[in-house]
Amino acid sequence: MITLTLKEQPNVPLEAEVLSPDAMAALANDAIRALPVYLGKKLCRVDDFFAVEGEASDELKICGDARKVKWIGRGMTCGRITIVGNAGMHLGAYMTGGAIEVSGNASDWLGGEMTGGLIRIRGNAGGQVGAAYRGSRIGMKGGTILIEGTAGLEVGMRMKRGTIVVGGMVRDFAGLEMRGGTIVLLSGAEIRTGAWMMRGTIVSLKPIPLLPSFLYASTYNPTFLRLYAKHLGTLGFTIPYEEQDGAYQRYTGDTSIPGKGEILIWKSVKA
Amino acid sequence: MTGERGASLERRGVRVVDTFAEAFDMCAARVLITANSPAWARTAALCMTGFATSVIGCKVEAGIEAELFPDQTPDGRSGASVLLFGFDAAGLANRLVERVGQTVLTCPTTACFDGLPQAAERVIVGGLLRHFGDRFQSSKFLEGQRYWRIPVMEGEFLIQETFGVQKAIGGGNLLILATDQNAALAAAEAAVDVMRKVRGVILPFPGGIVRAGSKVGAKRYKKMIASTNDAYCPTLRGRAGVTSELPEGVNSVLEIVVDGLDRPAIENALSVGIDAACRPGVVEISAGNYGGKLGKHHFRLHSLLSEAST
Repeated sequence: MITLTLKEQPNVPLEAEVLSPDAMAALANDAIRALPVYLGKKLCRVDDFFAVEGEASDELKICGDARKVKWIGRGMTCGRITIVGNAGMHLGAYMTGGAIEVSGNASDWLGGEMTGGLIRIRGNAGGQVGAAYRGSRIGMKGGTILIEGTAGLEVGMRMKRGTIVVGGMVRDFAGLEMRGGTIVLLSGAEIRTGAWMMRGTIVSLKPIPLLPSFLYASTYNPTFLRLYAKHLGTLGFTIPYEEQDGAYQRYTGDTSIPGKGEILIWKSVKA
Repeated sequence: MTGERGASLERRGVRVVDTFAEAFDMCAARVLITANSPAWARTAALCMTGFATSVIGCKVEAGIEAELFPDQTPDGRSGASVLLFGFDAAGLANRLVERVGQTVLTCPTTACFDGLPQAAERVIVGGLLRHFGDRFQSSKFLEGQRYWRIPVMEGEFLIQETFGVQKAIGGGNLLILATDQNAALAAAEAAVDVMRKVRGVILPFPGGIVRAGSKVGAKRYKKMIASTNDAYCPTLRGRAGVTSELPEGVNSVLEIVVDGLDRPAIENALSVGIDAACRPGVVEISAGNYGGKLGKHHFRLHSLLSEAST
């Protein structure tokens, strides 16, 4: 394992896409310390900001409050990054494989346009989780993002495939212009959920305010959610699916597009 | 089909002929059917495996491999595992689309999953049946697999896009030669009971038992591809043109045909079947073969008997 301990908080964002197993897995300690990072537009070395222990491993451990360290794990294809602390913007953007775990919070654009792999945030996440970058048509195309806390605006914007699960409350525009994939909201969301969504599924275990362009279809227990429940159960998230516990109300939309997406809202028999 | 006779062994007073069952290369698929209750899963599985006794007349051989508990199925419901055998992957794909489309899609509460996820060869099933959804269907992609959600009047039918197909073996068999019909049937039933507990095999004939074993072609009807196995028909003993294979005292013969995903599964099924079939009223256990000329898989009964002993 390679352990990088943040020496001090950078005064401006530090762009460090070399903090990735792909960049470090084959390097000796000296070479890792010499890898380039950018403090603003100033070229620096990794060891200007991090104490580096270990070498030649596809397992990275980053310790410290890295909330100003951007692009960690950018485009990673394999291996594992464990962040003990917080992570900055664009964590795991464009990643295709491997796993990232953050014990604290993550900032905006978490898993932006990722196509594979697993990201787990124990704390809260910012906005644009798994989203498409500005000017890009497609966001996340695969993989799984698990957020145990809350998340910000535009979660899953233009995502096409993959799964996002958020344990806490999610802010406005979750699933904005969604093309496919699945967003699971364990604690519901604020307003305009699913706006302009074309395809895909948003599951909410709590009632959420719906746009008038979403139309009620039916109340049922989709079989496919059993597969998701089983899969997410192995990752520590529970979603209900048994008939005796309740059922999902299905709303189709966004009909203003017109879209073929769906919002499934759990209605417990106990409610 | 002939019985190549050699020295015999005995098990509980029943002769086991020194011969072999001759079996053939086939392709197999495993379909996992789930439903809201074990009864509905079984109903769908029974319908799917109906009229699938022999590739000669049915284009496919199929049977229920096992009933599944909720913890054994992809969606956590009760289910049934069905094995289908065909001569090639393309033909098997067609049969899967026909049978799943007509018997599982239509059956209340069911869903349908691939039971051979490790198989390298894949055939498209859900990816074709989705057209029943008339573009109202949608898909989900989870853990590397695509699933189709087809809207139906009852709710939704869920089916995996592709199913695995693997090499398999079809046509392993036992012949139970008994003093009378009741003894033959009792022995065959006892064998079927234990053989059905073996995973990876099916017994495609009614109740697992065949009373109308066949030979290749026909002596008098040249267009027939199979006809009655006259050498094992007790009523034809002594008839001109018939070389009977039946020992004295045999008045009824039943056959058990076994298709399996691999050789060990068939060996296991045959060995427990032979052991169970050795019971009062049975004169001899034999097997059908074509002199070893048609099928490359040979299951020698004496070897199987020694496995059963150990």
